[in-house]
Amino acid sequence: MTPRPIRAAARRALPWALALLAALSGLAAHAADTSAAQQLQHWSAQADQPGDAAAGRVFFTGRHGGEWSCASCHGNPPTANGRHESTGKTIAPLAPAFNPKAFTDSAKVDKWFRRNCRDVLQRECSAQEKADVLAFLQGFKP
Amino acid sequence: MTRAAAFASRALLSLAVLGVIPVAAQADGGRRLPAQVPPAYTAECGSCHLAYPPGLLPARAWLRVMSGLQDHYGTDASLDPATVQQLSAWLVANAGTYKRVREEPPEDRLTRSAWFERKHRGLEPAAWKLASVRSAANCAACHTRAEQGEFDEHQLRIPAGLDARSRRAFHD
Repeated sequence: MTPRPIRAAARRALPWALALLAALSGLAAHAADTSAAQQLQHWSAQADQPGDAAAGRVFFTGRHGGEWSCASCHGNPPTANGRHESTGKTIAPLAPAFNPKAFTDSAKVDKWFRRNCRDVLQRECSAQEKADVLAFLQGFKP
Repeated sequence: MTRAAAFASRALLSLAVLGVIPVAAQADGGRRLPAQVPPAYTAECGSCHLAYPPGLLPARAWLRVMSGLQDHYGTDASLDPATVQQLSAWLVANAGTYKRVREEPPEDRLTRSAWFERKHRGLEPAAWKLASVRSAANCAACHTRAEQGEFDEHQLRIPAGLDARSRRAFHD
């Protein structure tokens, strides 16, 4: 056994190992801090009532007196790519069983509920409405 | 953002607004996307529409856009103040400075710029309403490399349902 080629191989492998490490730590920085199930639980607790999937369906597809419904951009059923109603931009599926990233970052969940509820309802959504929508979305299975 | 960085970006922003910094001196200002795009720009601005190259609007237009995100062309695009500061500073530093972009378009919409209208003058108004296009903001409907900031006329695709007259405009 000659140690030199091994050392050379190790030297060659080092940058790759470092790159892999960096990639992994990058992933860790975006680690999921929540899940659709946890969000459902959270908003149900806030509302003091479990989310109701049937109510969520009505809420999701209704226009609430405005121009848009949630389904305008997310599609109905929201199990495939949606399309932004005004810009045409593709939106990843909202139902968690069809999109592993959906509802996994609580800051993002809060931000999009705030923005999109204002767009559709001209106000923020209640805890009950969020719980209902989550119950509805959790109902979709592949 | 650290306090120092926040201060620096605020200072840069106000200097740019006041016209103290000649924007051309620090900016590339071209149509291409800068080499370094803040991840927040792609994530926040690029989730509803194309992450437009900052060089497509002048600095003052970007600043107005960034100060009115709560009502952003009919939708709520509000962001936390630190992200607004960060992205505003980047947009201003990379805003369009060359002659045809220097002029501020109506409503700060780059699709209302004189250069944009001239480039697309051969298209029938109905072309923008096609289901395959939907809006002039949807650059990628025809510009296949738009996500990369390339709007070359050789990389065009004709969207489904385009009328014959507009089709001809793709070739001139």
